[in-house]
Amino acid sequence: MKNKTSFGSRIIAAPYIVWSAIFIIVPLLIMIYFALTDQNGVFTIANIAQIGKYKKAFGISILYAAIATVITLLLAYPMAYFMTKIKISSQRMILLIVMLPMWMNFLIRTYSWITILANTGLINTFLGKLGIAPLRLINTPGAVILGMVYDFIPYMILPIYSVMSKLDKSLLEAAEDLGSNSFSKFRRVILPLTRSGIISGITMVFVPSVSTFYISQKLGGNKTMLIGDAIEYLYNLGPSYYNVASALSLILMLMILICLAIMNKFSGDDEDGGVIL
Amino acid sequence: MKILSRLYISLILFFLYAPVAVMIIFSFNSARSVWRFAGFSLDWYTGLFSDTAMLTALQHTLIIAVLSAIISTVLGTAAAVGIMALRKKITKSIVMTTTNIPMMNADIVTGISLMLLFIFFGKIIGARESLGFVTVLIAHITFNLPYVILSVIPKLKQTDSHLPEAALDLGCTPLQAFFKVVLPSISTGIATGFIMAFTLSLDDFVISYFTCGHYQTLPIVIFNMTKKSVTPDAYALSTIIFVVVFVLLIFYNMLQNKGESKNNKKFKEV
Amino acid sequence: MKKSLAVITVITIIITLFLSGCGYEYVELNLEGTYHKNLAGTDLYVYNWGEYISDGADESIDVNKEFEKLTGIKVHYSNFESNETMYSQIKSGGVSYDIIIPSDYMIQRLIKEDMLKKIDTSSLVNYHYIADEYKGLYFDEKDEYSVPYNVGMVGIIYNPTLTGDDIDHSWNVLWDKQYKDMVLNFNNPRDAFMTAQMKLGLDLNSEKKSDWDKAAKLLIEGKKNLQSYVMDEVYGKMETGEAAISPYYAGDYLTMVENNPDLEFFYPEEGTNIFVDSICIPSSAQNYEAALMYIDFLLEPQIACANAEYIGYASPHTDVINNEEYYYYQNEILYPDEKDIPKVQYYHNIKDEIRSYYETLWIDIKLF
Repeated sequence: MKNKTSFGSRIIAAPYIVWSAIFIIVPLLIMIYFALTDQNGVFTIANIAQIGKYKKAFGISILYAAIATVITLLLAYPMAYFMTKIKISSQRMILLIVMLPMWMNFLIRTYSWITILANTGLINTFLGKLGIAPLRLINTPGAVILGMVYDFIPYMILPIYSVMSKLDKSLLEAAEDLGSNSFSKFRRVILPLTRSGIISGITMVFVPSVSTFYISQKLGGNKTMLIGDAIEYLYNLGPSYYNVASALSLILMLMILICLAIMNKFSGDDEDGGVIL
Repeated sequence: MKILSRLYISLILFFLYAPVAVMIIFSFNSARSVWRFAGFSLDWYTGLFSDTAMLTALQHTLIIAVLSAIISTVLGTAAAVGIMALRKKITKSIVMTTTNIPMMNADIVTGISLMLLFIFFGKIIGARESLGFVTVLIAHITFNLPYVILSVIPKLKQTDSHLPEAALDLGCTPLQAFFKVVLPSISTGIATGFIMAFTLSLDDFVISYFTCGHYQTLPIVIFNMTKKSVTPDAYALSTIIFVVVFVLLIFYNMLQNKGESKNNKKFKEV
Repeated sequence: MKKSLAVITVITIIITLFLSGCGYEYVELNLEGTYHKNLAGTDLYVYNWGEYISDGADESIDVNKEFEKLTGIKVHYSNFESNETMYSQIKSGGVSYDIIIPSDYMIQRLIKEDMLKKIDTSSLVNYHYIADEYKGLYFDEKDEYSVPYNVGMVGIIYNPTLTGDDIDHSWNVLWDKQYKDMVLNFNNPRDAFMTAQMKLGLDLNSEKKSDWDKAAKLLIEGKKNLQSYVMDEVYGKMETGEAAISPYYAGDYLTMVENNPDLEFFYPEEGTNIFVDSICIPSSAQNYEAALMYIDFLLEPQIACANAEYIGYASPHTDVINNEEYYYYQNEILYPDEKDIPKVQYYHNIKDEIRSYYETLWIDIKLF
């Protein structure tokens, strides 16, 4: 009897398994094929070899994304912590409020930052009224990083909050009873217990930041190219550039995998990682 | 401490909503600019109803979001149940790793690889065009699936595996056992998955950008407003979406609170 | 829980239905009967620049809706943001369109790569409206593949309150140190290279790599002066005084000056680029007959005038140019007098090797 249900259960995963083979695995194989061939389908490593030309694009993409991820974490962690300290019903409300901007177009939300940061924008107009000379905010690396933090911070708050809200309060009390001060309580109890949330938060902020192509264009004044911009630019030049674009995408993917692998190594056991909410 | 935590939460929410506020304010701008506020007017709201390009795009976005959320919820829930029933550890871990790929991968990589697949396939069958409604729908289902699966699996783990067995012993068919016993216990996970899928689909720009063909969704149309300028009607439309969703969420929250207090009451009575 | 999900779904569906049925008031075109309805129910796919057709906003004519009403053909309209994007989409086989509106050099390339269908202009009732000067142009000498839609020239927009009235009418201003951080430039390779090529007196269509290297070097140098590379952002930046100087398409200056009357405009003395955006039918088109009808419809005097007013670029349509009611009638920037016409050069399609050379040089400029 048990075998029968189990077989029945297993069989209903079949559509998904077929689906993921066709739409996840096969596309990646095709991308690898494109990356390793030229326009006529002849094997070549020329596309991959071009990475040297783009090392600056890779470099600044990683740098900006890393800075943005750290800032996001520093902002989101206390947010998630404080959220667990308020009434349950208000917690749920604030959670919804944090998620709400995701329902609006992120292009528009990013675009709005220009109005705030511009030389003639809201901040500088305000400073001008106070008699302070305008600051250069827009078209700077800072603006790009701000855009990344802004667009992806909900993806950091949600998983950390979700882990933190399930923390066993008695553990914290035990720590206090054993004479831990708040810092060591944080370092020895809270931090390790919320690690899986941090890890999935970092992943969900770092990956879109490192590969973005809209934020850098709108807030960075188009003066440099992140790796996402380069891929998008090449893709838009036509099919003859698909090979190079695939090669860059492949390298980007491997790079992200390496970054995630390094991180996972530090995080240890992480079975539920990546599950948010 | 309480004041500090309230202050901090307010600051973060202020940060999250500053651009939204700007958007709302400029949607009432009387000038055709999202940079300089000239005066109050409702022109962009009334004008919106005759802007076919924007409305068609919104319609496309909503259709894709609803369909992809429904399909991926059904497919993903079935997959989660099936994956949990897999006995070989190795198969399970292969399936789970594959599931994680679209989540871990950059959107631009997912987008380009799917685009290559669709074009490749289109060439094989000699299609006149290989991108469109179907491909953007497939793409959205593909990136939604992992979120559904990963929302349902934890709930399945919490479910007592003896329950369906008991149901079978009591004479239920496996199908009945699933719908009467398993499904109710994982319904919150399914709902979370559905909402996640809907949200992600609505907000997606990058993957649609590479796979939509001429079935352009709202983000694509806004992105393409480049030779000319982004006009406040895009802001007006986003403001309307914001208000609708905001009202829905409050409604949803109230419903949930109510449900909870009812449950608590029952619990007390028992 | 289930209830609230159902509510979300139902509301979305209602919104969707509601949106599809809502209101645009048709105008009196008096064209009933001149277009047959034999193709009613078929689909027509149109691929055009963003904001490049009168769409019913601000009480203008909604061209696509009027066409649908007149012929019963369903118009599916989508946008692209550059010639290259459009080319890329069609070339890949990802999409098929019945109508596209590329620029001159891109039309030359599309013809060369056998990607366009011939248009029998004698079957177009309204083709006679096209001004002679836009017939037989280099990219389509026999007028077999394209029908002109819009014409434009690139000039420099500046804000005298920031630069002073005394400004050199030359491309040099983009590199002039006194305007540091106040200057914008195009965020697309062909136009950005043009600004440097003009300053250096180079041929815009040079087939020598060294010429492109020189222009690239100048652009890299110019980055020190540059506030940002822009396309659409130019509107906001110039209108608010965020930036002081920017090269852009003349027609767009007219839109900007309505929001900021301080702005001024000139055509640089070294000369500039002129472009023609024309209507074409891709070879993968599925509804050729409907496409011809659509082209004819775009050439209807009222429609052409609505488009010209909405877009603000110069029109190649004689009835529009000579119409005293036309908003930009004899506008001196769009239609300069003979003596004020700057020296102009068209872009040509350049051989593949050189084209991919400058396309990758652009990455070097950005990454420098």
